[in-house]
Amino acid sequence: MATGRPLIRADLQLIADIVEPGSRVLDVGCGDGSLLYYLATVKEVDARGIEISSDGVNAGVSAGLSVIQGNAETDLFDYPDNTFDYVILSRTLQAMHAPKTILEQLLRIGRRAIVSFPNFGHWRLRWSLLLTGRMPKNALLADEWFTSPNIHLCSIRDFVTLCAEKGIVIERGLFVDEKGTPRPLGRSLLLANNLGEQAVFLLRSHCVNGKK
Amino acid sequence: MITGVGHVLARDGWPHSFPGQRVALGRDRPLALDCGVQLNDFSVAYQTYGRLNDDRSNAILICHALTGDQFAAEPHPLTGREGWWHLMVGPGRTIDTSRFYVISVNVLGGCMGSTGPSEINPATGETWGLTFPIITIADMVRAQAMLLDHLGIEQLFAVIGGSMGGMQALEWASLYPERVFAAVPIATAAYHTAQNIAFHEVGRQAIMADPDWCGGEYWRHGKQPHRGLAVARMAAHITYLSEPKLTEKFGRRLQDREMYSFRFGADFQVESYLLHQGSTFVDRFDANSYLYITRAMDYFDMAERHGGALANAFRDTPVRFCVVSFTSDWLYPTEQSRRIVHALNAVAANVSFAEIVSNSGHDAFLLDEPEFRRVLSGFLAGAAQHRGLRVPAPAVEA
Repeated sequence: MATGRPLIRADLQLIADIVEPGSRVLDVGCGDGSLLYYLATVKEVDARGIEISSDGVNAGVSAGLSVIQGNAETDLFDYPDNTFDYVILSRTLQAMHAPKTILEQLLRIGRRAIVSFPNFGHWRLRWSLLLTGRMPKNALLADEWFTSPNIHLCSIRDFVTLCAEKGIVIERGLFVDEKGTPRPLGRSLLLANNLGEQAVFLLRSHCVNGKK
Repeated sequence: MITGVGHVLARDGWPHSFPGQRVALGRDRPLALDCGVQLNDFSVAYQTYGRLNDDRSNAILICHALTGDQFAAEPHPLTGREGWWHLMVGPGRTIDTSRFYVISVNVLGGCMGSTGPSEINPATGETWGLTFPIITIADMVRAQAMLLDHLGIEQLFAVIGGSMGGMQALEWASLYPERVFAAVPIATAAYHTAQNIAFHEVGRQAIMADPDWCGGEYWRHGKQPHRGLAVARMAAHITYLSEPKLTEKFGRRLQDREMYSFRFGADFQVESYLLHQGSTFVDRFDANSYLYITRAMDYFDMAERHGGALANAFRDTPVRFCVVSFTSDWLYPTEQSRRIVHALNAVAANVSFAEIVSNSGHDAFLLDEPEFRRVLSGFLAGAAQHRGLRVPAPAVEA
């Protein structure tokens, strides 16, 4: 089974592990399609993607994947309700102009959403800002403030608060520490928000199966 | 298995040197045209490449553009020039004829063997001329479907076409969703814009303004409206290119001279190029065909037939789509492809969409565009896998 399995980024593997085999998935901002390829080949998923860069799209389609060149902030509105079992947004939410609207769209067109993002509450980032007084950086947030695509960074606590406000149900939450070990969020977010370099959430709307 | 709807035609009245086949259709079951006329005896000329597999599942229909024809992958029988898609279709090429059975059909209304205004109306024994009924893109597709009945092909693996060929691909997916596994509309649109219609009207007026057009009955007088048709081609040809491409190819360079002639000859290289394009075109294309086919394209508006919403044309479609556009195509710009993609998303269709970076304008789909080939070849390989076609990995291209 393990032989021939494509290797993917650790956070993508966490996401892939959540996805049920045989489901229909949309990966928003799918890059070169490596997660889609994994899902299609290993989990026999009906895998589709949206990607803004031509290079990413061409790589995906050339690999036989169904990928659309488009902009998530405008194109998600086209899809009917509950088109997908999962809509995935990996490390992209923080680069959106309207993250809240995007979240709503993910949960409208998908029965569930899987969202991952870098945690701006990580202790090293806090410490770095406190100590140097400059915009903090780490492996996930490596860009200078003036070139960074990340315009809406948030902490795990921020995200959980937004979900509570919007009535979004967190079915599962994981944080990944510096060593890359995934751990469940826990009731108090203190640990997760300090030690998590990034987080992965499985979400659904408060209404089950699309019933509002 | 010949189903009986078609009759393989003798080559009477058709140049013996032409490769390919010609069948008569509509004798048992007339073709009901959108304009209301029943066409009950018409011919369709086509060419095939490759071999049909045992379960008849590897057929790809290639649809040609306005001035194309069935000779996609071989030298043109009239001009001797390479087939219009020889870069794409052939053994080991993107549309690999060692794996797929490629069918390339001259459209209804065309002038390379399919029934059109320059053919004889069997009912009268006279050339159709302007008595030929106005046809639509959907009519072309319905005629192609009758050809497939004749060939005993239930489902196409794919229908692929650029420009007007892309319109046919869209129409195929909409009219016969169960007969198309995958559709690839390239550099195309789901309707003709006012600008598209405007350019076509310039072409038609140029033809009809030529005294040799003789009110559409030039064949009676042994004439051909060559000047009008050449001007139509020149105007249209500009829309197939792009300003950067023209600048790159010609700039303001002069043709065989150092200085302006201070006359109206072809001083500039671009003028000479266009004149050449016009004059070679008239040797292979019929002026009335040009009128009919441009008209068919102008009438094309898929949403209109579906309550104004393009998505309705594809509701519950099982077809896998691959939509392709080119950045510098201003005839059918990317925005038009995006409209198609949005409509397909609205019905949750399985669709890929790639915009290829190229400065070659609309004609990019006919040219050597490696990125385009990679995308198309990947899509076909993926679709073949889903279809369960035993197609080996695509050939590695240099």
